[in-house]
Amino acid sequence: MDDPIHQFEIVKYITLGHIGRHEIAVTNSALFMAVAVIGISLLLIGATARRSLVPGRWQSVAEMSYEFIADTINNTAGKEGMKFFPFVFSLFMFILFLNLIGLIPYSFTVTTHIVITASLALMVFLTVIVYGFWKNGLRFLKLFVPSGIPWYILPLVSAIEVLSFLSRPISHSVRLFANMLAGHITLKVFAGFIGLLGAWGFLGWIGAILPLGLTVALTALELLVAVLQAYVFAILTCIYLNDAIHPGH
Amino acid sequence: MSDGTRDDKGASQSAEEAALSARLRSLGERLDQVGPGRTAKPGSASRASADMSGFARGMRLSAELVGGVAIGFILGWLLDRGLGTSPWGMIVFLLLGFVAGVLNVMRSAGVIKPGPLDGNRRNG
Repeated sequence: MDDPIHQFEIVKYITLGHIGRHEIAVTNSALFMAVAVIGISLLLIGATARRSLVPGRWQSVAEMSYEFIADTINNTAGKEGMKFFPFVFSLFMFILFLNLIGLIPYSFTVTTHIVITASLALMVFLTVIVYGFWKNGLRFLKLFVPSGIPWYILPLVSAIEVLSFLSRPISHSVRLFANMLAGHITLKVFAGFIGLLGAWGFLGWIGAILPLGLTVALTALELLVAVLQAYVFAILTCIYLNDAIHPGH
Repeated sequence: MSDGTRDDKGASQSAEEAALSARLRSLGERLDQVGPGRTAKPGSASRASADMSGFARGMRLSAELVGGVAIGFILGWLLDRGLGTSPWGMIVFLLLGFVAGVLNVMRSAGVIKPGPLDGNRRNG
């Protein structure tokens, strides 16, 4: 049976050079990120190149994704949140494409590496902090001081609120990473059972129908998870940005 | 004779009408049978989407607790390393982190009202 972790291996294709002692190389991760970006660009530019009042297939895909994210931002962060639309939309499409491309056999799922998801989550986290202080000044710190708390437990509550705030990038990144990683490992393990059972001969092949059916079902589930996790990442970004826009409500 | 034929005609016409009304009735019944299915479709779709959002919520909750404990662990470890207060930093911050994790879970599950960290998540 093939090693189920093997699919997450980073392979270097071309070494571009060194920064300090760190090697800068084009890896399969970088390649698939580039594929995702090119795919998104082709979809959106191609879909909006020939605009018509009655949208065609591709145009309606582009319009639906736009409206979906616009609605999400409006519902969670309000009208002011729309200034972050390009940010949230880019994050959503990027993660969605990476997740979906990863489901194609023999491809590489970039979002199964916590480095990628943590970078994205930290980007959101830092945006919230910088924009929060820039827009609200020190009033942003009211986030950590709930109103109506007696003074003697205020330090404890504030400490818990600060920890709760700091834990956000972790839960934000771990959620996406763990879901994608676990899903791909499960898929690989169940698919591996087919080959193992098949080695037993005819009865084995009959028994292999069960893991085959499970693999098909899991692929459908993974498709759902891929879309869902991109959506969850986007909606949490909106919720966190909402704190930067209106703190201390 | 002519009367008879007219009667026959009338009889056949009434028979046709009866057949037509019977067909109409059966069609109506069939439509009624299909109708609820048709009207239930949006309902089932909304139920499916509710299931989907429930699934999404479950996914969200699982990471919240881990995040809280992890940040407590990291801060405690850094404090102990920096100030040499081992093991007190780890003990205090792990406990605080656990509390923060539980708070995160309860907030995103909507068990307690959204805190200041959640802004106007409900009415926003």
